[in-house]
Amino acid sequence: MNFVPKMNRRSFLTTSAAAGGGLALSLTLPFLGPDIVRAADGSPEVNAWVVIRPDDTVVIRIARSEMGQGTLTGLAQLVAEELECDWSKVTTEYPTPATNVARKRIWGDYSTGGSRGIRTSHEYVRKGGAAARIMLVQAAAEGWKVPVSECTVSKGVITHKASNRTATYGSVAEAAAKIEPPKDIPLKDPKTWTIAGKPLKRLDTVDKTTGKMMYGMDVKLPGMLCAAIKDCPVFGNKLASYDDSKVKSMKGVRHVLKVGETAVAVVADTWWQAKVALDALPVTWTEGPNNKVSSETIAAWLKEGLDADQAFVGNEAGNAKEAIAKAHKKVEAVYAYPYQNHAPMEPMNATAVWTPDKCEVWTGTQNGEAALAVALEASGLPVTKCDVHKLMLGGGFGRRGRSDYVSQAVLIAKQIPGTPVKLIWSREEDMLHGTYHPIMQAKLTGALDEKGNLTGLHFRLSGQSILAAVFPANLQNGKDPLTFQGLSPSGEQAFGYDIPNLLIDHSMRNPHVPPGFWRGVNINQNTIFMECFMDELALAAGKDPLEFRRSVMGKYPKNLAVLNAVAEKIGWGTPAPKGVYRGLAQVKAFDSYVAGAAEISVDSGNKIKVHRIVAATDPGYAVNPAQIHRQVAGSFVYGLSALFYQEITIKDGRVVEENFDTYNSMRISEMPEVESIVVPSGGFWGGVGEPTIAVAAPAVLNAYFAATGKRIRSFPLKNHDISMA
Amino acid sequence: MVALTINGQSHNIDVDPTTPLLWVIREQAGLTGTKYGCGIAQCGACTVHIDGVATRSCSLPVSDAAGKKIVTIEGLADNGKLTKVQQAWVEHDVPQCGYCQCGMIMAVSALLAEMPKPTDKDIDDTITNICRCGTFQQVRAAIHAAANA
Repeated sequence: MNFVPKMNRRSFLTTSAAAGGGLALSLTLPFLGPDIVRAADGSPEVNAWVVIRPDDTVVIRIARSEMGQGTLTGLAQLVAEELECDWSKVTTEYPTPATNVARKRIWGDYSTGGSRGIRTSHEYVRKGGAAARIMLVQAAAEGWKVPVSECTVSKGVITHKASNRTATYGSVAEAAAKIEPPKDIPLKDPKTWTIAGKPLKRLDTVDKTTGKMMYGMDVKLPGMLCAAIKDCPVFGNKLASYDDSKVKSMKGVRHVLKVGETAVAVVADTWWQAKVALDALPVTWTEGPNNKVSSETIAAWLKEGLDADQAFVGNEAGNAKEAIAKAHKKVEAVYAYPYQNHAPMEPMNATAVWTPDKCEVWTGTQNGEAALAVALEASGLPVTKCDVHKLMLGGGFGRRGRSDYVSQAVLIAKQIPGTPVKLIWSREEDMLHGTYHPIMQAKLTGALDEKGNLTGLHFRLSGQSILAAVFPANLQNGKDPLTFQGLSPSGEQAFGYDIPNLLIDHSMRNPHVPPGFWRGVNINQNTIFMECFMDELALAAGKDPLEFRRSVMGKYPKNLAVLNAVAEKIGWGTPAPKGVYRGLAQVKAFDSYVAGAAEISVDSGNKIKVHRIVAATDPGYAVNPAQIHRQVAGSFVYGLSALFYQEITIKDGRVVEENFDTYNSMRISEMPEVESIVVPSGGFWGGVGEPTIAVAAPAVLNAYFAATGKRIRSFPLKNHDISMA
Repeated sequence: MVALTINGQSHNIDVDPTTPLLWVIREQAGLTGTKYGCGIAQCGACTVHIDGVATRSCSLPVSDAAGKKIVTIEGLADNGKLTKVQQAWVEHDVPQCGYCQCGMIMAVSALLAEMPKPTDKDIDDTITNICRCGTFQQVRAAIHAAANA
């Protein structure tokens, strides 16, 4: 019954010295030479993206990780579209990260985050499919000794009409694999797509309904032991001591091990035995200044930043401070957004086996190459002797872009050479060692003239930088450009309002709590701050929130189009049902334009029922509208769970919330009806996994103000005794 | 030794009787479709049927399940033929990451066994599993489809 993954003993074709994110991605397609490269089952690779089996099964290689967002299916659709194969014969596989390194990164970037899966790889995967099609048709034509131009192809069958001959892809794949790859690879006009652009079902559903789907948690290897781990709960402090005499004789316990400088693990025959022993293990930790940090001290520090002289400027036009000084009416508000944990359903885990000659890892990761880089470092072995086998992720949301759990698994396995060890974090460990949504406060000051026009805005952010903690090399003279997601002057996270005098700046304050990329990242708080404040300004100007926005969106027609789409569908400007109130919001994020509108009712002043959400997305091209609708609906669950319930608080330097009892997540009874509108306008490629999460909270908050006259400016709403009905 | 009947098969398992049923199902019986999510009966990823009742197995000592009829997700389909609920899940393309879905399907299967045509309110009152991907809209549609299949 147990799934036993095959250990990959395949030797690499070439070697490379480094792995990870530092290597530049070549956008040319480095096709293989005349020797046929074969998949593990012996089937020929037509090229790196396409393997065709003799029975016509098409195996499409996918570099990005599937974690529920549907990228596996969407990327396969793009390859299959250009390949002209039979979709019912498509299956997928992940090439391992070390194979990618060995083959000079032929599959490009493995990193799966920032809603990038499709939008930054659509071109080379489509070219992979198109090149394979050209080679397959050429192989058939050469076999028949007829011109390629006389051959047609449909659903994996090549036809030469004049001689009434046909050949399936499976029958010519061997010959095609020997053909020189084409240099000129034209792509289809998306208007002619028949597989891409269609609301096809996911390729990975059945096994998820029967229990067969393999997640990292489910790996079982011969002779495998299981590990439970405790890392120092106060970030920055270290393991001081532990007394293993108390647990060594407990049933099943094999080892008690120090892991790095900060953690201790118990390794046992089963994970439950390891966990019970770990809970019984006396452990002491070092202490330091971080022990004195609490949510209160962090909040006070951020508050100072709201008026600090030093700040990094992210977006500037005219003279905002002067415009505010001269304003007919000045509006000011202070907002605060908390730390939050990703809390994917599957706690972090990884399985590793180490010998002096080989280190292999099985895990769910959003970045196979980063996991490999971490395994190299922890194992002390070269890339020719390491590999990572990717499994389905039980949720990622950004958390599995960090590979700390992989490092721990390898460090444990290295202490027990030859024995596979599965490390599983308890939910509590997962909550205490997240890479948290950064904490941020904001002070917004707006200037209105006599007619209620918005003449100036100073938007001061004060809080944590993700890049400073995760990729400090990407800071720009100290500034974290990511902090300004949704607020930037141009680009994929561009601000969508034309305000003549504008200053958006960031006073960086980096507490010791580790921040990370959390689905939506900085657009979440930035859109709440901006879109709630736009309603505050509209109120002060005596204008309707939609009309007020439109007055400063003349230069942003795509933003305006999605805003208008949700306004129309929610019925803005027409009477709502009795007791129902509306709010809306818009933003450009991850290169997509999105807007959301909410209808809510409020009982007893603090019980919010979200009846209906309308969301519009313009992703440029929609590769699978059905899966986009699901991402959008899911993003409202993630975003509204965060708005209503989720806060990580800090006491004595460590996280307080340890499980779902204190870190709640929405249930089906709280789920609003989400009506998703996908309006691809063409000409660009935007992401869909994250953008709409940003409009969830402000649309509901603006509706709550409409219902009650109360403006909530700190989150989550549970701190105001507000809950979902 | 604890005597368990899982999906119709008898197991005699040498395990500490306080071990949660979830971990015995996963580690001793080797059935990994039942998932660990929270360990405190909050999320429902570990839901199995015990004598037909949807039960969060992470918080039940294995000794309490001895002698009872335990069904896991692997025991639903009959010789590979999916149940109505599983079919509805496939037809509605419900799962995203899928990690919670086995528990969700077990909870829904128990609901439909007891209440063949549940209303939206019945669903709201009964199905309290957490899904972080947020598949609830498809879950609800699939429940009604399964009820009407």
